Amino acid sequence: MTLEVDDLRVYYRTLKGDVQALDGVSFGLRDGEILGLAGESGCGKTTLGKALIRLDGRMKHVGGSVTLDGQVLPIGEDAKMNPYRFKQVSLIPQYSMSAMNPTRKIGRMVRELLESRREKLDLDELHQRLELVELPKDVLGKYPIELSGGMKQRMVMVISTLLNPSLLIADEITSALDVSTQKAVVTTLKGFRDRGFVKSMIFITHDISLTNQLADTIMVMYAGKLAEKAPASTVVNAPKHPYTQLLISSLPEVGVRYADKRLTGIPGNPPSLLKPEPGCRFRARCPLAFEKCAEDPPPVEVEKDHVVACWKAA
Amino acid sequence: MRRYFGRKLLIYGLTFFMAVTVNWLVPRLMPGDPVASMLARARVAQPEAQEALRVYYNNLFGFDLPWWQQYLNSWGSLFRGDFGISLWAFPTPVADLLTRAVPYSLALLVPSILLSWVVGNRLGALAARRKVLDNTVLPVSYVLTATPYLWLAALMAWGFGVVWGIFPVAGGYSFSMTPSFTWDFFVDLFWHWLLPFSSLFLVALGGWAIGMRNVIIYELESDYANYMSALGAPQKLIRRYAFRNAVLPQITGLALQLGVLVAGALVTEIVFSYPGLGSLILAAIQNKDFFLLQGAFLFIVLGVLIANFIIDVVYVIVDPRTRVGMVGAAA
Ligand SMILES: Nc1ncnc2c1ncn2[C@@H]1O[C@H](COP(=O)(O)OP(=O)(O)OP(=O)(O)O)[C@@H](O)[C@H]1O
Ligand code: SF4
Ligand SMILES: [Mg+2]
Repeated sequence: MTLEVDDLRVYYRTLKGDVQALDGVSFGLRDGEILGLAGESGCGKTTLGKALIRLDGRMKHVGGSVTLDGQVLPIGEDAKMNPYRFKQVSLIPQYSMSAMNPTRKIGRMVRELLESRREKLDLDELHQRLELVELPKDVLGKYPIELSGGMKQRMVMVISTLLNPSLLIADEITSALDVSTQKAVVTTLKGFRDRGFVKSMIFITHDISLTNQLADTIMVMYAGKLAEKAPASTVVNAPKHPYTQLLISSLPEVGVRYADKRLTGIPGNPPSLLKPEPGCRFRARCPLAFEKCAEDPPPVEVEKDHVVACWKAA
Repeated sequence: MRRYFGRKLLIYGLTFFMAVTVNWLVPRLMPGDPVASMLARARVAQPEAQEALRVYYNNLFGFDLPWWQQYLNSWGSLFRGDFGISLWAFPTPVADLLTRAVPYSLALLVPSILLSWVVGNRLGALAARRKVLDNTVLPVSYVLTATPYLWLAALMAWGFGVVWGIFPVAGGYSFSMTPSFTWDFFVDLFWHWLLPFSSLFLVALGGWAIGMRNVIIYELESDYANYMSALGAPQKLIRRYAFRNAVLPQITGLALQLGVLVAGALVTEIVFSYPGLGSLILAAIQNKDFFLLQGAFLFIVLGVLIANFIIDVVYVIVDPRTRVGMVGAAA
């Protein structure tokens, strides 16, 4: 196991109280595994991604633990987390277009970034990786505005993985791209994994069909909790959780872009995460709901590598 | 790049042309006849003598010519560096009065503008970093920027000059001194300079500090700062980038504020009776001295335009984005 997340709880502090955006999520990630993280908007995907690398000022680590390569990550303590960032856990941000300092030449920025982490810049390695993503060497002498959007994104992918992190988090990195570019990004990420630049990866997206092309495993979240986690083909072809089933059946044919529709195929809205009622959070929208659903359904491994949190599935 | 500066120069040229024209126009539209007021001061009794003098003055200043001739002549003399003869300090040429006053004005303006900008930016950057500092720097800065130049200058002149008697309150140097290259004279000069300089410095300081603080806070929330934090870059590096990028809008701010700063300096000079352009302008207005007023305004406009151009050049050097954009446009 590269990564083990155990009963992780991360809340947002707000004036009205805590938003329980990540409420007891557990899962593991093997070496070389790519996990696709799906679920409707606001279910806590970004919160989970951030929790693994850097909590923002409003986030609070309430409970649970994250273990990476046998070390428990001090995710609640910003300064203590620093040594792990970039080297063990890294991130391709959603905002690749503006992720690089606009007033520094890219090469110089990379060098300064590495020096600040006391790492030597291996120029040959960097050049090879640029070549791999089809960027000319001379991008290093350019300012970010001199690159096209796609080039910037590839550059950021190279920077983020330069120190061969064990875990790479990619949050919605394809949402702003056209279909062919999305495919290219997915291929590149797979290539990074196959060459060992990253050991394992969490790929967050709304787009299950895209996830399906890349991920070995798909995890579906609902309202801050894990709903279902299984090998990608199982999730797509034989989902067990009512939410996943609705999600998959509401999809148009695989390959057709639907990201704009944002999984709105299911009637109703997710519950407020401010003071969620006890019981299954999907209850209000679930066609199969019954009395027992007033209790929280625990995640159960219904078959090997297939975890479902639903009373009907167990 | 050349096109960019060409366009800039054209704009500055046009501005200068307009300034000269307006400058020529305004004193001529002001109420009151300068020759008459000068004659009144000359206290000539006999009407014939008075008439003779009027003709003499009108001839000298060119008031008897048609207006367009006067206008063209004013351009002609401008290029000859001839600003006419002062009515107030007759018969001293305006150019002489100006060249005597300009060093004093520059000595106040340049250090106070540059130092308040540099120190204000540093202070603002520090305030953005530490809560304690923020809670002190910010309110003080707000008070300082809200202070009118006139008021702070008067307050300082009154407090340090009149009440405590630490600093002289008038003049560029003591009346008992004659300008010379001696240590004593320089100390005296410095002593007279310190108070007007400090008041200018202080009023301008607050605005820069507030601006810098806000821009830095914005920069530290920006995507590149978040990305670097996520990759574990130390705060030191992130702050260095943020400071560097935050300086850019501050440079633009400097260009925009230049006029205000100069106006503030003129007022301050008047309060401290400092022998710069501000005091000259006051004298010119009080004595309806067209030529002096024209000359002083022209110097100021020219100075502000030159300073603006320098800032433009500096900006292009400092911000790679403008430079890259220009190269891109040329290619
Ligand atoms: N700063 C915040 N303060 C309070 N609540 C927040 C904050 N950020 C997010 N939330 C809440 O936390 C929940 C999870 O948000 P998160 O951003 O993780 O969702 P997501 O799954 O990434 O959604 P999307 O697909 O739209 O990106 C949402 O209900 C959201 O309203
Ligand atoms: S636990 Fe009940 S409400 Fe929740 S998904 Fe299963 S059946 Fe539906
Ligand atoms: Mg998100």
